[in-house]
Amino acid sequence: MVPLSYYLVLSGILFACGVLGFLIKRNIITIFMSIELMLNGVNLSFVAFAAQWHSLSGQIFVFFVMVVAAAEAAVGLAIIIAVYRTRETLNVDQVNLLKL
Amino acid sequence: MTPQSLSPLLCTIPLLPLAGAAINGFFGRQSSKKAISTIALTFCGAAFAMALFIAANFSSASAPYSFPLAHWIRSGAFTVDFDFYLDQLSLVMLLVVSGVGFLIHIYSVGYMWDDDGYYRFMSYLNLFMFFMLTLVLAKNYLMMFIGWEGVGLASYLLIGFWFTKDSAAAAGKKAFIDNRIGDFGFLIALFLMIKHFGSLDFPTLFHAVAPLAQETSGIGLLTAIGLLLMVGAAGKSAQIPLYVWLPDAMEGPTPVSALIHAATMVTAGVYMVARSHVIFEHAPNAMLVVAIIGTLTALFAATIGIAQTDIKKVLAYSTVSQLGYMFMACGVAAFSAGIFHLMTHAFFKGLLFLAAGSVIHGVGGEQDMRKMGGLRVYMPWTFLTMSIATFAIAGFPPLAGFFSKDEILWKAYSSEYGSWVFWLLGVITAFITSFYMFRLWFMTFFGDYRGAPPPDSHGHKADAHGHDHGEPHESPWVMLGPLAILAILSVVGGWVGIGGRFEHFLAPVFQSGGDLAKETAETASKATEYILMAVSVAAALLGFLLAWTLYINRPKLPALIADGLGGLYQAVVHKYYIDELYALLFVKPLIEGSTTILWHGIDQGVIDATVNNSAEAARNVSDEVRHMQSGNLRSYAGWVAAGGAVVIAYMVWMGIR
Repeated sequence: MVPLSYYLVLSGILFACGVLGFLIKRNIITIFMSIELMLNGVNLSFVAFAAQWHSLSGQIFVFFVMVVAAAEAAVGLAIIIAVYRTRETLNVDQVNLLKL
Repeated sequence: MTPQSLSPLLCTIPLLPLAGAAINGFFGRQSSKKAISTIALTFCGAAFAMALFIAANFSSASAPYSFPLAHWIRSGAFTVDFDFYLDQLSLVMLLVVSGVGFLIHIYSVGYMWDDDGYYRFMSYLNLFMFFMLTLVLAKNYLMMFIGWEGVGLASYLLIGFWFTKDSAAAAGKKAFIDNRIGDFGFLIALFLMIKHFGSLDFPTLFHAVAPLAQETSGIGLLTAIGLLLMVGAAGKSAQIPLYVWLPDAMEGPTPVSALIHAATMVTAGVYMVARSHVIFEHAPNAMLVVAIIGTLTALFAATIGIAQTDIKKVLAYSTVSQLGYMFMACGVAAFSAGIFHLMTHAFFKGLLFLAAGSVIHGVGGEQDMRKMGGLRVYMPWTFLTMSIATFAIAGFPPLAGFFSKDEILWKAYSSEYGSWVFWLLGVITAFITSFYMFRLWFMTFFGDYRGAPPPDSHGHKADAHGHDHGEPHESPWVMLGPLAILAILSVVGGWVGIGGRFEHFLAPVFQSGGDLAKETAETASKATEYILMAVSVAAALLGFLLAWTLYINRPKLPALIADGLGGLYQAVVHKYYIDELYALLFVKPLIEGSTTILWHGIDQGVIDATVNNSAEAARNVSDEVRHMQSGNLRSYAGWVAAGGAVVIAYMVWMGIR
């Protein structure tokens, strides 16, 4: 049996990678994928805890997160396409109309 | 019918004019002038009739009685109620106030008829009557204070009656503020009475004071109360050092000057001191101060009166001077003589002002005596009545002023508290009074008319209501009637004092003072009295002759004398620069202190600055902090991540601990 801490450390690493990617990358698609990475990092800790404590609620939560992530991906990609069509770039630094 | 059964009438006397004031004040704007006059005169006349009725049932032997109208303040053992009180002293005041007041109401109908604010004027006059009657009929000091403040209010309203004129508005404020200074002293005196005697009721209070010992040296409680009361009296009755408002108060319409600033309100201080005679008799030092202030004011104001050219200003300084006489009388414990002079003064000074008003009316609003002259031809009735008043105030026998002034001078000399210094200054004042009054008389009624020729544009108005101001004209009968009645009173008013009858009438009130006077009358010889009388008549005659010489016989002489005196004359013309001195000593420091410290320092520097600076600080902080909200998504994410990291670090640290 793999100890719980391994899963949690992996989950933390995945989440940190997601955060780093979100902060550093300029391409919207990459940022988008970084978000998915963070979500999945969290999912991993959920299922790890669920297995540890023999509780189903963690598993159910993961399903919710997946559903929401799928919906988000659909909407998000649609937005990205719309942004690309209007501004012909995927560089977030150039999508800065809200900036001061 | 016993006098006591009339006591319910007492409260109606002040309330009637109040009703008149309310009706005219609320509905006067829509009413016709006839209706306004009817209401004002009816309510004021009814009060006078009531006063006469009460007087007819009251003799010098009658016991004082009171009428409790309502409870007011009940605080433990200390009570103050709305009580009206009548004794011989308040009866005299009641008759003078309501009688002269009623005559002046009648006169005002003629004098103010063409004024747009007619209803306002009549309403204020009635309001004044209410407060003045409350003042004289009060049974305790607090009710007296209501009347005291109320007449101050009425005076303010009427001085500033033509409030669109800057000088009138300023004069109103000056009168009010000067009075406030006096009222402050009065109030402190009331507090002292409450603290030490627990009552403000006249009978109770005086009963408590009577057994106390005389405070012959130093400043004891009664001396302090007396002096503070005198501060109040000096404010209301225009004595040194608070007299400066009265000459300025002449900005008001002339009937107001006659009623408030000559006959009634300004004598309230004398009445108050006379009413408090028990306190003053126990504080000889306070009384000495009263006498000194009175004497100095009498002399000082009279000298200013010499050089004034405005007919009303002369009369105003004359009033200040005559009030000084009354205080001199009170200061030598001759309270009944003071009240006697108060009464005769109300007659002849009221008459002088009304006649002066008639003159001003007749020459079309001109008040400068240098532009009058020769008016006896144009306005014979005014001339006749004014002459009587002039001779009366100058002290020619057998007119009213002679008896009262002589009484005061005699008491100033013979009283236990008197001295020949008071008498001498009094006689000098009498001489000056006679001089400036005859100067006024000669300049106004004798010689040639020096007024401006009529402007042509005025002609069309002349036919409309007979106001042809090209040539001086006599006033209507509604104005001359009161003049005639007051003239008669100025002649016969003094006769009630012959043989000490007036003093005898007031004796129940001034019990101790009355006994004192009898003792001195016995010790001093009759011969001395006649000699002193002859001297004061001679002084009056001398004043007349001097005025005749200077203004009729040798009209060039006054200018030469004025040139010869140089600086002194200028000082007198400018009223000894007292107004300027007060401006320098009190007004300017106050205004500058208020401007620099209170306005710029505290209001702007502290209060405004707190509000403004906190707003400024909020703006500055926001200005810095808004850079966090750059619109840059990744910086937001960075902040979120950093925040998360801090939370995790904190939890880890807690876990380790």
